[in-house]
Amino acid sequence: MSEELKGKERYKSGVIPYKKMGYWEPDYVIKETDVLAMFRMTPQAGVDADECAAAVAGESSTATWTVVWTDRLTACEMYRAKAYRVDPVPNTGPGTKTEQQYFAYIAYDIDLFEGNSIANLTASIIGNVFGMKAVKALRLEDMRIPVAYLKTFQGPATGVVVERERMDKFGRPLLGATTKPKLGLSGRNYGRVVYEALKGGLDFMKDDENINSQSFMHWRDRFLYCMDAVNKASAATGEVKGHYMNVTAGTVEEMIERAEFAKSLGSIIIMIDLVIGYSAIQTMAIWARKNDMILHLHRAGNSTYSRQKNHGMAFRVICKWMRMAGVDHIHAGTVVGKLEGDPMMIRGYYDTLLDTHTPVQLEKGIFFEQDWASLNKCMPVASGGIHAGQMHQLLTYLGDDVVLQFGGGTIGHPDGIQAGAIANRTALEVMIQARNEGRDIWNEGPQILADAAKWCSPLRAGLETWKDVTFNYESTDSPDFVPSTTASV
Amino acid sequence: MMTNLGNRVTQGQFSFLPDLTDAQITAQIKYALGKGWALGIEYTDDPHPRNTYWEMFGNPMFDMKDPAGILLEINNCRKTFPSHYIRVTAFSAVRGVESVTMSYIVNRPKNEPGFGLVRQETDGRTMRYTIHSYATDKAEGERYQ
Repeated sequence: MSEELKGKERYKSGVIPYKKMGYWEPDYVIKETDVLAMFRMTPQAGVDADECAAAVAGESSTATWTVVWTDRLTACEMYRAKAYRVDPVPNTGPGTKTEQQYFAYIAYDIDLFEGNSIANLTASIIGNVFGMKAVKALRLEDMRIPVAYLKTFQGPATGVVVERERMDKFGRPLLGATTKPKLGLSGRNYGRVVYEALKGGLDFMKDDENINSQSFMHWRDRFLYCMDAVNKASAATGEVKGHYMNVTAGTVEEMIERAEFAKSLGSIIIMIDLVIGYSAIQTMAIWARKNDMILHLHRAGNSTYSRQKNHGMAFRVICKWMRMAGVDHIHAGTVVGKLEGDPMMIRGYYDTLLDTHTPVQLEKGIFFEQDWASLNKCMPVASGGIHAGQMHQLLTYLGDDVVLQFGGGTIGHPDGIQAGAIANRTALEVMIQARNEGRDIWNEGPQILADAAKWCSPLRAGLETWKDVTFNYESTDSPDFVPSTTASV
Repeated sequence: MMTNLGNRVTQGQFSFLPDLTDAQITAQIKYALGKGWALGIEYTDDPHPRNTYWEMFGNPMFDMKDPAGILLEINNCRKTFPSHYIRVTAFSAVRGVESVTMSYIVNRPKNEPGFGLVRQETDGRTMRYTIHSYATDKAEGERYQ
């Protein structure tokens, strides 16, 4: 039961527990228009879990450390976030390796937030609260964004469906690669890599996150040479191709200038990094919608706060915010590659980006049902340490709506970049064909690739080179759930 | 002559594979029908990458659920237009998609001259690019003879 103090008692000057201030309401009835958030809390020793949840609700909405009479000038009960549920996290606490953690559910009235502003939403939800002393560690695990609030956002500038229509590519993942080495190539040398890979069969090439405008290659040079490469490859193959032009720069004005130049050269896609900030991302998404541009987002920086399980925020929440903010692509993990990723957690990110409606799926780390309110779909990008020999695994784990980025797996091919691209494209097409024919690609995959390698020598050489490359490390971020609500192991 | 290694237009899902046999085409048709998608047949002698509207060999076959019947239509199209590009296109009417879900080429001309790249030099080093299909220098219906 709520322990809220009422009337005069509530507003006596001094400090009272958050629970008694009205931030803990276990019998709260959730409204359809509420923003919901679920946090993983590790309370400081001696702090009661309910009080800790109330403190999180308080500090992420209206509270300050002491009672203020000015609350009484407002409809303060509505503005207060309500912690309404606290569950112990399975496999934490006494007798386990991990300190006791709790899942705390908090509801926020929609009027706490400004429409169409990720900055405003996040200033509340992750603003002050993560540094609060009452919590030892805190992690935002999931959010439910109400339809009414979602409808204030543009969403992906282009979306998966229209991107495919513009690219004229259907029924298979798209293929890409990041130009390597990341740093040091001149514009002329850089464009060479782009041309070879696109001509060989990739759909996209990509700048890396830290390619902007350095002394070895200024941005205009890169754009000019890359567009020559894109168009030449398009003529050589009869396909629409693109290169993600990274327009990330020190100011939004500079980014817009670079984006305008990319557009004037006929580029179909530009790119930004997550580190430019939420408002800059929203500005670029609006620009992209206005200018028929696909907008790729590199998640540079995210692992500083998304990777550790006890503190920060889950990547699925970033996916949710970025779909609202309006990007068309976001790097969301590979499962089998060099970067962190538990298979079910990654499926959860992909669902968050692609679903029109997402049900609760605890095994994927999805704690709330989410209706996406006809917001466009955002294309997940799988990048980092993947190669043609894993095609059956990639297709099984990641499905069709994904860009598979084989950077090293294209450019590092022993017979050259074009051969690397041919190997990847052939492996993909042969695997799609086999899957559609009803074959069990999970088990037959290696044989399907070996059979294709008999007539496709670039694939043969690629498979030989990378046959034993795997990255089998344990994930740091995995789901914590028990199928029933009571049992805890 | 196309300048890529396969000497061919590589649009569609399976252009890097050897040309599909009738049995392989049928297997893909079955997959699409199993998903509830409608299949259409389209042909063109203008394979420019941005030529979206190939001619329809009839409307998409919303009510045709028999793969053999669809293959028969494909083969009718091939007989009528032996030197054209022909593709099979699947359409999904599901909310959230409502677009093309598969597209693969099932017929192509023997010789594919491909495309030239026309560069128009403009301000500074800026360039305007035009992808030009050599075949379209001839009138529609007289290409790839």
